[in-house]
This record gives sequence, C-alpha cells and structure tokens, in this order.
Amino acid sequence: MTKLSNALFNRLVIAIPYIWLIIFFMVPFFIVLRISFSQTAIAMPPYLPVFSLSDGWQGFWDNIGQLSFDNYIWLTEDALYINAYISSLTIAFISTCLTLLIGYPIAYGMARAPTSIRPTLLMLVILPFWTSFLIRVYAWIAILKPEGFLNQFLQAIGIIDDPLIILNTNIAVYIGIVYSYLPFMVLPLYSTLEKMDESLIEAAGDLGCPPLKAFWTITFPLSLPGVIAGFLLVFIPTVGEFVIPDLLGGSSTLMIGKTLWTEFNANRDWPVSAAVAIILLLVLVIPIAIFQNAQAKAAQQ
Amino acid sequence: MRKTLKISALSAALLAGVASASMAEDKVVNVYNWSDYIDESILEDFTKETGIKVVYDVFDSNEILETKMLAGGSGYDVVVPTADFLQRQIQAGAFEKLDKSKLPNISNMWDKILERTAQFGDVNDYGIDYMWGTTGIGYNVDKVAEILGPDVKPDWNVVFDPEMIAKFKDCGVHFLDAPTEIVPAALNYLGLDPNSTDKADLEKAAELLKSIRPSIRKFHSSEYINALANGDICLAVGWSGDVLQARDRAAEADAGVKVDYSIPAGGALMWFDMMAIPKDAPHKEEAYAFLNYIMKPEVIAKASNYVFYANGNKASQEFIDKEVLDDPAIYPPPATMEKLYVHLPLDPKTQRILTREWTSIVTGQ
Repeated sequence: MTKLSNALFNRLVIAIPYIWLIIFFMVPFFIVLRISFSQTAIAMPPYLPVFSLSDGWQGFWDNIGQLSFDNYIWLTEDALYINAYISSLTIAFISTCLTLLIGYPIAYGMARAPTSIRPTLLMLVILPFWTSFLIRVYAWIAILKPEGFLNQFLQAIGIIDDPLIILNTNIAVYIGIVYSYLPFMVLPLYSTLEKMDESLIEAAGDLGCPPLKAFWTITFPLSLPGVIAGFLLVFIPTVGEFVIPDLLGGSSTLMIGKTLWTEFNANRDWPVSAAVAIILLLVLVIPIAIFQNAQAKAAQQ
Repeated sequence: MRKTLKISALSAALLAGVASASMAEDKVVNVYNWSDYIDESILEDFTKETGIKVVYDVFDSNEILETKMLAGGSGYDVVVPTADFLQRQIQAGAFEKLDKSKLPNISNMWDKILERTAQFGDVNDYGIDYMWGTTGIGYNVDKVAEILGPDVKPDWNVVFDPEMIAKFKDCGVHFLDAPTEIVPAALNYLGLDPNSTDKADLEKAAELLKSIRPSIRKFHSSEYINALANGDICLAVGWSGDVLQARDRAAEADAGVKVDYSIPAGGALMWFDMMAIPKDAPHKEEAYAFLNYIMKPEVIAKASNYVFYANGNKASQEFIDKEVLDDPAIYPPPATMEKLYVHLPLDPKTQRILTREWTSIVTGQ
C-alpha cells in the first residue's frame, strides 16, 4: 500500500513541472501561434477568425480555412523585420561576449577566494537584485548623460574637456545590458569553477606547465558547461530586450522588441506582431535545440 | 489584560470592516483613469454623496487601455481613452452608447469642445470630455532666451526649420515617438491639411522630418518629462500636460531650471480624454452616477485646479482658479483656440504606411 502511494506521489511530483510548462508555456504559445495565422480586424478581439464553442464543428472547420501564412509572408516582404532580427542578434551577441569577458574573472576570483568570504562575495553579486531593475536602468541615465556623474568625474580629474556623448547611443545599450545581466553570467560560472578540483592545476604546475597554459588547457575546458549556461542565460533574454534599448539607446537603435511594440501598438496589428514573436522564438529555439542535441550525443560517446 | 483588550478591539474593528465592505458590495464603481489625473478628495466626496465606493485604478498609456478594452472583460465601469482611440474602440464594439437621460449634468458641457469632439464620428454619443490639451513645444526658458532672445515663445519654425533646430542640437531636442502627433504638425507647418492622407503630402512631411532628423537627439513619448525638468534638453515636442508636469517638477527641485510650454502660434493638435462606459461594465448604473457627478461644475473645476488641465465643462469655469484659467498654456486665448485642430484616426492601411515611413525617419531603416 505504502509502495503504491509512494509511486503515485513520485509520478505526481514529476507531473508538476510538466503541468506548469503546459499551462504557462504551451498554452500561451499556441494562443500566440493561432493569432499569428489570423487577419487583423477592427473588432473585439482585434483579429479574425475568432473560435467559439457555439460555432459547432462546421464553424470550426470554416474558421480553420480562414487561417493563413499571410503574416509570415508579409515579414519577408519588408527588409525592416530581417534587419531588426539581425541587429538584435548582433547586439545580443556582442553584449553577451562582453559579459563573459567581465564575468569570467569575477567568477574565477570568487571561486579561488578563501572559503570564509565566498558567501559574502556571492551575496554581493546577488545584492543588486534587491533594487528594481527599472530603477537601476534609470540610474544609468543619471550616470551617463552629458552632465551626468561620469562626465563630471572625468572632467574634474582632467581626462576630458568636452562631455562624452554616451547616453542614447549603442554604447549605453551595451553598458546597460552587461550591467543588468552580469549576475546571470557570474553565478553559473562560479558554480562550475568552485566545484573544480584544484589539485589538477597543482599537478600541471608540478609537471612544469606555465599557469597561463594550465588555465587554457585545464580550467577553461572544465568550466565550459558554466560558460555555455551563462552565455545562454544572457543571450536569450537580451535578443528580445525592450526596456534597456528604449531607455538608454538612441532612436536609431533597431531591435526586434521595439519592432514588435510598434506592430502591436502603432499599427494595432496583433496577428503580425504574433508572427514576429513566433519567428523570434524559432530563431532562438532551433539553434539551442540543435546544440543540446549535439551535446547529448557527445556525452553519450 | 490591556493587550487582550487591544486585540479584541482590533478584531472588532476588522469585523466591522468586513461587514461594511460586504454591505457596500453591490454599490461599487471601478474607475480606470490616467495616473495623477484627479484630486482624490473628489472620489471620497462622491462616496459620501452617493454611497457608491470607488475602486480607482490608473494607467499611463492609451495602448495599455486599448489592449485591455479589445481583449474584453476588463471589469472596469468607467475608462478614459483619448478621443481618437475611443472612436476606434467604438467601431470595435467595446463601448456602451450613453443614455443621456441618466446624465442631466451634460447641459454643463462646453459647446466649443463638443463641436470638436463631434469630428471624431459618434464619440459624443459614447463619452464625455474629461480634460483636453494640446501637442506643442516644451522648452527650457533660459536656454531658449539665450539662443532666440528674451521672451520668445517657440513657434513651429524653431523645430521644423533645419537651420533653426540645428542651433538647439547640442542643447538637446526630443520629439514624441508618435507619427500621429508629429506628422500632422509637420503637415500644418507646410500649410497642408493636418489630416491629409494624400501620398504626395505625406512624402513632403517625411522629407521635412528627415531634414531635421540629425538635430533630434531622441524620439520618445515620456522620457522628455524628466529630461526637461533636469535641464538635460532644451526643446521637446510633447503633450501639454506632460510639459506642465515637467515645469512643476523643475520648480519643486529648485535647481535653476525653468520650463515652460508654448502652444505654437501656427496652430497645434488638440486632444481630448473622454470618459466612457465599456459595453461589458459590471456596474453600469453606478458608472452613470459617476459620470454625472464628474460633470458637476464644482467637481470638475476642483479636478482642473488640481491637475492643471483644461476641462470640457463650460459651467465649471467660474469655479476654476485664476492661475489655471488665465494660463495661456492651459486655456489658450480665443485667437489661439481658433487655430487648434484635431487629428482623426486613420484606416489600418494608411496607419501602416505612416508607421513604416516613421520608422524610416526615426531609425534610417
């Protein structure tokens, strides 16, 4: 009896994440997917056809017949959308690389710090989350603007005469993204680096391997899972980032988040914006799925 | 002993609270208005007079409101979209046609405003004007005096003449990121109909905007409030209410920044925030009572005195503070009034063309 209830309990525990994903990921995904095949209309909701239980089977099939790929074809007809995707991917890639470059030494330093102060260091990395993300981005406006703290400081110590124009440029967007997403890079890196067996480095040193070479042949390859996890955790949300480019970037910063906003709110075209969102999802999910697959195969071998 | 007394007193109070809440349950009105847009004592007075409790919620963009209205089932009884948004939402079937017999105070409304809102199809059958304002130029008084000379109120040529606006480039110029606000202003400046959908006219407006684009630091529909108040920019083409808010914030901060608002002499776009009742509102009777209460001259005057906006209620003007009524940035003089125009919503296809043209102006793509 207890065995049976245990098995039932185990299944229930496994079911919870699946139920969660179905309710909060699959269902919304299919709603968006279905809107992306509709046509825009001045109505409530603002697209056609609308499925309703009262239509019966015949109505259901009629509605299915009205769905089309028109919105996806539309996205290929204007270079704007492709440019926005490419520009988003580029900005996300550059800022993720910068985050890795800054995050790695931080995580390395933390993992090699005395055990007694590691919790404090970890706390310091997490601490910024205690203040609202939006407020921290606004704070960067005050720092980067022409009469802001950074320019005042640089002028006071005599490095520059005229203020640097950083706010409302892509540089400000990179600073904002690197700052906001740094913890997402540092934490997975730290957890892999911390678990690493230090005696491997000692052994390499004993056998005459210079420290730099030991780093590239031992430490870095062993930390790769952390690098990949951090990279994905930063890259994926950055591609669709809306707030940081909106507040810190200039008006000429073209990103897919803004394009989606314009489709939804200026053109009031829910179907086209749904199509933009679906394509964005595919652009992100397909390479990751291929990558995961390759990794799984490598692990098996 | 004292402690137990306190606790029992507290639980008694809680019970009383629950009881009164459940008693008043059927007398509620859910109001969804713009943020910082009412003197909250009006809501308390309304409850005192009618016994209807007001559940007050706020939004800060027409887009958010529109999404909720079109998705349906918002649960709100009174909402406040801008007239062009309201017209489109009426076409979508989101609103209740007002039964004017339940709104006796509607006789207080201002004919001059009704004439203009009547241009938005049948919005007067579905909504009443709450506040109205203009889209004009906010400016840093000292910096503009430095460049243009003292006591000059910027007109459209300051932002639309490429040589003029170039003088303000380093000082900072923001424009609203809204084609339906800026393109009509450009058309009006060129002497064309601000509501024109003619391709040649729109191209001329786009050409004008591209010629001044290098001097514009940013297109954004809210950042200019802080930027003006902090003295980070000199000029902003923006909404009257936002600029006046920047003016107040600058005055409060007292850091030597003076902001003012100019309704350009060449004419400006006029907008109207309309109170309306969604078709699926759960408390329609209470919503009518609220609308009727808001149209009382003393009540709406109190709101105007608090938020510094002009309202659409003629009878309220005798109750409005002199500093509000005589401020040409809020209640423009009759000659300026004549030059104000409205912009009607575009059909989806024209809207799409305009948005695309706007993206190419703003991003160069």
